[in-house]
Amino acid sequence: MVGYQGEEKLSVVNGFEPVIGLEVHAQLATDTKIFCSCRSSYGEPPNTLTCPVCLGLPGALPVLNKKAVEFAMRMILATGGQIQPRSVFARKNYFYPDLPKGYQISQFDKPVGLDGVIKYRLESGEEKVCRLIRIHLEEDAGKSLHPEAGEAYTRVDLNRCGTPLIEIVAHADIRSPQEAYAYLLKLKQILQYTGVCTGDMEKGHLRCDANVSVRPEGQEKFGTRTEVKNMNSFKGVERALNYEITRQIELIRSGGSVTQATLLWDEKRGVAEMMRTKEESHDYRYFPEPDLVNLVVSHDWMEEVRRNLPELPDARAERFVSAYGIREYDAQVLTATRDLADYYEEVVTHAGDPKAASNWVQTELLGVINAAGENIATYKVRPNMLGELISKIGSGELSGKMAKIVFEEMTVSGRKAGEIIKEKGLVQISDDTAILKIIDEILAASPDNVAKYRSGKTNVFGFFVGQVMKATKGQANPEMVNKLLKEKLDG
Amino acid sequence: MLDYKKMSATDIREAIATRKVTAVEIVQESIRLAKTEGKELNAFVTICEDKALTQAKVVDDKVKSGAPIGSLAGVPIALKDNISYTDYLCSCGSHILDKYVPPYDATLVTRLLSADAVIIGKTNMDEFAMGSSNENSYYGPVKNPRFPDRVPGGSSGGSAASVAQGIVPLAFGSETGGSVRQPASFCGVYGMKPSYGGISRYGLVAFASSTDQISPIARNVADLATVFKVTCGRDPRDSTSVAFDHPDYPNRLERKEKFTIGIPREYFAEGLDPEVNAVVQKCISELKKAGHSFIDISLPMTDKGVAVYYIVAPAEASANLARFDGVKYGLRKSGDKELADMYGDTRASGFGAEVKRRIMLGTYVLSSGYYDAYYIKASKVRELMRCEFEEVFRAVDLIISPTAPTPAFRIGEKIDDPLAMYLSDAYTIPASLAGIPAISIPYGSASDGRPIGVQFTAGGFNELALFQVAKMMEQ
Ligand SMILES: [Zn+2]
Repeated sequence: MVGYQGEEKLSVVNGFEPVIGLEVHAQLATDTKIFCSCRSSYGEPPNTLTCPVCLGLPGALPVLNKKAVEFAMRMILATGGQIQPRSVFARKNYFYPDLPKGYQISQFDKPVGLDGVIKYRLESGEEKVCRLIRIHLEEDAGKSLHPEAGEAYTRVDLNRCGTPLIEIVAHADIRSPQEAYAYLLKLKQILQYTGVCTGDMEKGHLRCDANVSVRPEGQEKFGTRTEVKNMNSFKGVERALNYEITRQIELIRSGGSVTQATLLWDEKRGVAEMMRTKEESHDYRYFPEPDLVNLVVSHDWMEEVRRNLPELPDARAERFVSAYGIREYDAQVLTATRDLADYYEEVVTHAGDPKAASNWVQTELLGVINAAGENIATYKVRPNMLGELISKIGSGELSGKMAKIVFEEMTVSGRKAGEIIKEKGLVQISDDTAILKIIDEILAASPDNVAKYRSGKTNVFGFFVGQVMKATKGQANPEMVNKLLKEKLDG
Repeated sequence: MLDYKKMSATDIREAIATRKVTAVEIVQESIRLAKTEGKELNAFVTICEDKALTQAKVVDDKVKSGAPIGSLAGVPIALKDNISYTDYLCSCGSHILDKYVPPYDATLVTRLLSADAVIIGKTNMDEFAMGSSNENSYYGPVKNPRFPDRVPGGSSGGSAASVAQGIVPLAFGSETGGSVRQPASFCGVYGMKPSYGGISRYGLVAFASSTDQISPIARNVADLATVFKVTCGRDPRDSTSVAFDHPDYPNRLERKEKFTIGIPREYFAEGLDPEVNAVVQKCISELKKAGHSFIDISLPMTDKGVAVYYIVAPAEASANLARFDGVKYGLRKSGDKELADMYGDTRASGFGAEVKRRIMLGTYVLSSGYYDAYYIKASKVRELMRCEFEEVFRAVDLIISPTAPTPAFRIGEKIDDPLAMYLSDAYTIPASLAGIPAISIPYGSASDGRPIGVQFTAGGFNELALFQVAKMMEQ
């Protein structure tokens, strides 16, 4: 077996360099479908979200959903691509029971978006760039529910039929499965930031096909490629690519050659199986869709979409560093998703201390959320609540230790910090006279230790601190206790 | 009872409004004729009796209560069987849709019903509107009302025959390359193909989407203009329908200004029946006498029309008809075998010979390696034809020509010769490809009495000129 273990350069395996081109389908998060006004939703009873248009009934006609176009435009702008002022829909013809018209409305030689790049970062921190060829709009097909044991028929659910999709076609710039994984993560991040797609690959909102070939290190010409389909998770893509690259290298090393084909990844068995060879490939007979007029995007419309484009993850991370003075690594973590970045910024406005907010969000908050599998956007400790808590440390009302106790209670009950503090009587004692009074009592009760200290055995200082904290049930401001004790003992 | 068969739509509405007759009586008479004379002609696939009588009663109630009534109140109308009408079979003349009952109304239907019209039946047609004689129907050929051994023309043969016979004053057919004008000519009635985008296609079962147009048929110009006014205009459900500010056609039929009319030499070349030519010449001299001027023009692309049409239309049809696969509705054969067998068996037994011929032709011209040579080239020539018309309409208001090269031919005469059949649409195809309006006017007849139509073609969305010239010829 050849493998990646121990290789110095990820992208070269036993003298072969993999070449990978990814085609990603993203379901657009519009309320309605691309060519009719049916709701676009996941998990509804079969065939309930349908109408004559998405059922492909004779005589029904498609009408383009403007929102779907805007979502595609957002993604094109977010990746630095060129929105085409005029693009054309085309029919892609093939027979399948979950494709009720017998053709899919897609775009062919005149897509809505050209060019663009995805900049992404490997786990090592190394930055990479993958160029995009095009982004085009199309409709999704329905779902075939193939017979389980004892069932006579395949059933078809057309709820998904007509869900808007964009296909993001990249150049074959990717050189390893790890790069593919990191590319997809970045793509998902941008899709989520722009609100274009949830990016949920497990639910099929994001689907990825990969063109894979290998070539001897140093050779410029690409090898014969295969297409791998049916990967259902990001890790699945990495595994499938590892499998296929290994297969191709072994094939070539044993004197064979790769044949152009389409393979289906079987996640359970961890193998990719031949679906069809080139000879069996479809002739889709694309031609311009006569039921739709050309898609014309005016300059004004494009500028409007550009104006409404949210801040993108890279720009946001940079701003976090410059505006909040946090480290780049922290900024990367806090901008991983738009929800997290939004949460953090809201915490900052209430906490007043961006660095403290960064620490609290990353360690305390994410710790709890990840452990509980919660969603940050709906988590019961809202950012204003966490910000308020952090502000109480800054003002000296709470010690850090006390704040953690309060936070813990907030994660259980979802109540506000103020209420919990009042109920538990957790107010920090920062009053000079109150603390001095207790110090005097403690010193009076331990004349031996006072003498020890004054004779130079200053290590008993900790004993006095402990006694004061004990007497105040931990509520005395530790900094003031230290200061006042020192003054008393030294003075 | 009034002489229903001679009544125009306007007469019928007027008689109902003034309570000389009830809408129910009118509709019952129309249905009676459809069931007797219509059956003899084989003009109808379905009679929509239940809904028709309900609609008629609604009209009568409105009249009784003094409520305002629509401009087609109580007027019986027939629809070609490729227009979707809820709860009634929409067979498209095909075995494959023999059991398909649509759950929705075409926009045309919605607009007719909101003008208080009454839909009395669905008419026989060439299968999926592919044919020029109405012989390609799963339900058998339609007879020409005045010459029962002859064809009524096609593909809207049933609609043209039912109007000519007096069963309905108005009917709708659909045009892809002449399917209303040619039967109108053969049956001696008016048929007008609107500009592409003039009437919404939503609910019209597609043959060739880029030329398909729902088109009205009538026995007089005023009715034709009225029904077009009711049904034309932008429809948000059809992206290709055009937002055009249509004039009030029925009230603008009289015209004082004189027309400049082009005579295209290519339409009077070889293959034109001398009797048809004589009728067109008579029409020209009448109009000349009335002071209109004529100029000779040339449309050199005309002879490419049939060739272009038989690439573009089958290409689109091959995709449009892919949905008839036995999976969801209509006919299904041997569903217990492999999926591919089910597709094959269903389509092999569900489609007739002409439909199969065009699907194969269309699939071929779109195939990789042939696409550029056929489809792309045909699309370019089509664009040239469009430009050619545009150029000509800078100099003339109208173009005059025969509608069809011959009067109605015999049933069976051309059925085994597809090319001869295709050529019978040579004069109507160019306007369809160019997306411009054209009308067939019943003007004269052959020595044996067979009706002959004269065709006028106008520039895009100049239907008004067509109605006005038709009105002049009617008087
Ligand atoms: Zn729908």
